[in-house]
Amino acid sequence: MSLLHMAILLPFLYAAALTVMRKPSLRFHTGWIILPIPVLLFVYFISCMASVQAGEELSGSIPWIPSLNIRFTVFLDGLGLLFSLLISGIGSLVVLYSIYYLDRKKEALRNFYVYLLLFMGAMLGVVLADNLIILYGFWEITSISSFLLIAFWHNREKSRYGALKSMLITVLGGLAMLAGFVLFYIMTGTFSLREIINNAGSVNDHTLFLPALVLILLGAFTKSAQFPFHIWLPDAMEAPTPVSAYLHSATMVKAGLYLVARFSPVFAGEALWFWLISVCGIVTLIYGSFQALKQTDLKAILAFSTISQLGLIMSLLGLGSAAAFYTDGSDSVFYAKATMAAIFHLINHAVFKGALFMVVGIVDHETGTRDIRKLGGLLSIMPITFTIAVIGTFSMAGLPPFNGFLSKEMFFTAVLGITELDRFDSQTLLRLFPVLAWVASVFTFGYSMMVVFRTFTGRPQFEQLEKKPHEAPIGLLLSPVVLAALAVVFGLFPNLLSYTLIEPAMAAIHPALLLPGDRFYVSIHMWHGWTPELFMTMGVAVAGMLIYKLHPRLSVLHEPLFRRVSLNLTYDAGIKLLHQGSLRMTNRYMTGSLRHYVIYIFVFLILSLGWGLYHYGAISVNMDRFAPVSLYEIVINLVLILSVIAIPFVNSRMKAIILTGAAGYMVTLFFVIFRAPDLALTQMIVETVSVALFLLCFYHLPKLEKEQTKPRTRIVKLAISAGVGVIMTLVALSASGSKLFESISDYYLRNSYVLAGGKNVVNVILVDFRGFDTMLEIVVLGIASLGVYALIRLNLASDRPEAVRKL
Amino acid sequence: MELYMSMSVGVLFMVGVYLILSKSLLRIILGTSLLTHGVHLLLLTMSRLKTGAAPLLGEGANSYVDPLPQALILTSIVISFGVTSLFFVLAYQAYRKLGTDNMDLLRGKEDE
Repeated sequence: MSLLHMAILLPFLYAAALTVMRKPSLRFHTGWIILPIPVLLFVYFISCMASVQAGEELSGSIPWIPSLNIRFTVFLDGLGLLFSLLISGIGSLVVLYSIYYLDRKKEALRNFYVYLLLFMGAMLGVVLADNLIILYGFWEITSISSFLLIAFWHNREKSRYGALKSMLITVLGGLAMLAGFVLFYIMTGTFSLREIINNAGSVNDHTLFLPALVLILLGAFTKSAQFPFHIWLPDAMEAPTPVSAYLHSATMVKAGLYLVARFSPVFAGEALWFWLISVCGIVTLIYGSFQALKQTDLKAILAFSTISQLGLIMSLLGLGSAAAFYTDGSDSVFYAKATMAAIFHLINHAVFKGALFMVVGIVDHETGTRDIRKLGGLLSIMPITFTIAVIGTFSMAGLPPFNGFLSKEMFFTAVLGITELDRFDSQTLLRLFPVLAWVASVFTFGYSMMVVFRTFTGRPQFEQLEKKPHEAPIGLLLSPVVLAALAVVFGLFPNLLSYTLIEPAMAAIHPALLLPGDRFYVSIHMWHGWTPELFMTMGVAVAGMLIYKLHPRLSVLHEPLFRRVSLNLTYDAGIKLLHQGSLRMTNRYMTGSLRHYVIYIFVFLILSLGWGLYHYGAISVNMDRFAPVSLYEIVINLVLILSVIAIPFVNSRMKAIILTGAAGYMVTLFFVIFRAPDLALTQMIVETVSVALFLLCFYHLPKLEKEQTKPRTRIVKLAISAGVGVIMTLVALSASGSKLFESISDYYLRNSYVLAGGKNVVNVILVDFRGFDTMLEIVVLGIASLGVYALIRLNLASDRPEAVRKL
Repeated sequence: MELYMSMSVGVLFMVGVYLILSKSLLRIILGTSLLTHGVHLLLLTMSRLKTGAAPLLGEGANSYVDPLPQALILTSIVISFGVTSLFFVLAYQAYRKLGTDNMDLLRGKEDE
């Protein structure tokens, strides 16, 4: 048990303690007793920084299911550390923020913090796990706790809808990912991530390699809300704002990015990997940023903005994987810079998006609405919130001197650089990347300006608001202030991050580029000269401003993108189709009619036996060993057949019963002829008693009505029964014609008297050789007679309907 | 002889199945007892017919018919008798309580 294990399990243990604790009659907010946990974790991970930077890997292992090769192994490298710091750091700020955001008396706080702690622990587990199965387990716990958090206000219809949607989509991806992991186990024989990464390249030619790649990417894309799986994220905005800030901007949606980055060393050499990630990322980027322009709800804008920024990071990770196509060091380093941009932007996005969500939460909290059509002119009332919003949005738009500016410049560098890629003969497609990136940045600029200026400037319309707006309390402002300050600090001193976090993370993503003992040298500068990227940014600012100004007049921005077909409609229709389709299918064959079910059974019997007989050529009639026929037997046979065939045609119960009895007596005669005296005796008695029983109840039975059936039904019945009859005849003939081995009955005949002292062999078999059967048969009779007795005597008057009682 | 016996078995199965597919509960019960007869005759036929004397060692014959299937059939006769009688009383009670023996009307409740 290492400290890392403790770090992962601490939130879980604390959540469990919180659950079993008697409801505390706290005078203060429950959040205060939660806050130490993420702070403690943050401090711990900070203290690990130095050793990770030096290239040491902290790890620990606890056997869990050793026989299946599953161990609870954890390790901390640059990538894990980066994510752990994000999770614990932003987690602390979010807990602090939630203390002021959620009302102590009105909300079910204990539930909230239990879910949040579960999520935090699971997220740490995802980024620190070495065993793929452990990783998957924690991955699903993040899905479940996210589900619980989205539906925190579970009496709202929309919350439940959003929670279910996100659950279905992320769990679908999670299962695909599990399948990918299992494929890896088949290929490599290990679940250990580090072993797989260290042996990267050994399984590239395996037939399961590409399926595993696609399946794992499916998990990453659904979790990170990539196009077209992004649809759950906007609906997840029904969650309380601290949850949106934490899960749906800073941490959970980055789990997919983590997965992609983590598997990069394994997959990066694959062209499919490069194309899937880069193209999907860039499509998500431009789609998300365009959709964000169309929203009127602040949180919805931020949700689509998150989608587009995740697409940006995803595409950067894809472009960075181009480094693996080159063996030459300098070329590789050139493309690896995209990865550096991805990591840098990942940090930046978590910082400014967290701040922006908190700002929106404050606005919502203090005015009662998030609709930008109702907001405006809050600048003079909420100056501090405005300042934070300006920093956050300018950073998101990519304006100096904030951190978003730097990562946007690096993004442009990467997309411009990728056009140099000469590996795939697809220069036109690659040349589209800078164009798309630039357009998406213009959109980003546009909606960023909308978020800040529509809310805080313009004409005040306070009469439309539910509450009288005022500046937020200091506690609510604390967390976003910290994040905004970080956005400025990272902007002005970017190298603060590069030595401590980015270089080790680079080393984890591109282990092949480093010689042992070597490290990346990352240096980011605010001013990098008059480069094309700078002019692109200027163009973005101008065009973005134009879009913002023209926004109210551009009708295309206010109409749904596609009225008829949209992804949400497809999802809803798909769910509905699935539901109704299965219902219809079940109703179709589960009719409730016994006859239909019997038909299914007999049809299956005919088809399976018939196919079997035909397929194995088993139909053979070998008459050599058949017994000779006498006239007497023929007559009995004929009587039996005639009386049996007559039964369906008679319309009186009496006749039917007597004909059945006649058939039984013919069977008795057969037993006599075929030398079975005991059988004949028994059959005769049983037949007599049965007929007597039938006749005894005869008086009470309903009159046998003539079957009113349609000719079609009768033909179906006839066909099925004829089929069964023919099949059984064929089976009987084929089986009696061939004898594979001698019967064991010789033993009984020889030993009946010697061993058991009886000369009636059948009786000796029944009570001596195979007495067990007889005992249980007696039990059957006993149970049947008890059942009959109970049925007749037990008369619960209450379940007899009024009409029937008169009968 | 086995040929004719197999055909009788086929007829017993056919009419049994036909009756089981009817609406009336009484016909279904009669159908099951015909099926039982069919199965018993099938068992007997499978063990070869008329290969010797009845399996009573006092006969002093050279060869006897196979005693094992006879024991099996005997067990089966008794069990099917128990089941048929229970089934019969069940049908009687169902008719008394529900007032019909039409299987199309005996469908249980919706949403069950």
